[in-house]
Amino acid sequence: MTATGGEAALFWVLAPLMVLASLGLLVARKAVHAAICVMFVMVCLAILYVAQEAPFLGVVQVVVYTGAVMMLFLFVLMLVGIDAADSLTETIRGQRWIGVLLGVGLAVVLLGVISRAAFPPAVGLAEANAVTNPVALARLMFSEYVLAMEVVGVLLVTAALAGLVLTHRRRLSSRPTQRALAAAKVAALPEGKTITPLPAPGVYAQNNAMDTPALGPDGRPLEHSVPRVLRIRGQQRSATAVLAAEETLVGRELAEAGLLTAEADPPGTSSGTSTGLDSDGPDSDGPAPDGPATDEEGR
Amino acid sequence: MEITNYLGLAVILFALGAATVLLRRNAIIVFMGVELMLNATNLAFVTFARMHGDLTGQVLAFFVMVVAAAEVVVGLAIIIMIFRARRSASVDDVNLLQS
Repeated sequence: MTATGGEAALFWVLAPLMVLASLGLLVARKAVHAAICVMFVMVCLAILYVAQEAPFLGVVQVVVYTGAVMMLFLFVLMLVGIDAADSLTETIRGQRWIGVLLGVGLAVVLLGVISRAAFPPAVGLAEANAVTNPVALARLMFSEYVLAMEVVGVLLVTAALAGLVLTHRRRLSSRPTQRALAAAKVAALPEGKTITPLPAPGVYAQNNAMDTPALGPDGRPLEHSVPRVLRIRGQQRSATAVLAAEETLVGRELAEAGLLTAEADPPGTSSGTSTGLDSDGPDSDGPAPDGPATDEEGR
Repeated sequence: MEITNYLGLAVILFALGAATVLLRRNAIIVFMGVELMLNATNLAFVTFARMHGDLTGQVLAFFVMVVAAAEVVVGLAIIIMIFRARRSASVDDVNLLQS
């Protein structure tokens, strides 16, 4: 039996692509690229199943293989580390050439068998699929192969249990209680640790950012109120610079107020240099750090 | 186009999967090679079902898929367990039984 022209075209388009993608699995350096190649092969196989009068298997192929199995592979790749590249050192000498030889040999032997075998004239599934493919498959599965179906069910349950058991980690020490955690915190006090959460970064009249330290009750900046990452990167701003900027702003506002009063009463005696015309959001309370320890968010 | 071309494609995919199993060291990629081999056999099953006009081949392919799904769960769990113990997913590093 020969396939129709459309199917032949589909085959000759998809088959080389599938072989290329499989080669990609063989040579891809990164595991993610290999996984994507395999996914492509599986989707192409689903298309070929539908073309081969097996629409149910085509759908199952997409759902089970590309939807579940390959997603599981990707999850495990993420767990194991996406950049887990292969090592190139050979532990067995000449393993690569032996492997290539065996692979090519297998292909040659199997292709030889196929080319030499005398296949009976193909029947096609038009008759078997008369009551639609899924119905015909279900009749077969739940009559002739019902025992196999049940065994497969047991297998699936066993596999789920095995997945649970294998990935389960036993806790070696007992879980610490809240009381023990509190005691440990208090015990760490002499080493300079604090019991309370760290203070929040400073909130100033003109500045409310993570990189400016808060001021302590004594007016000195609290360095540890800036997140550790910013401190290590050296991206924190000094509190004195912020304070100086606010001081000039307050001075400018005072000068403007003085100018207004001066304009109101005696026109000649304008005190101060009114350079700032853009008073964007004037907060009258200048350097008022109401930042420290109001926020309960520990970092 | 003869239907047996599908068998040729299945054989090539199977051989490539087998070569992957033989050549690669990353356990996950080796596992993907096994999956590719299973898929190739499925293609052969479907082709034979069409050739003989008998749906049994498709039923077998379906069972292969289900068993492959179960096998992937267990296999990947084992790989994760080994990775936790050895910090490596390379099949060469697994020599716990050696010494």
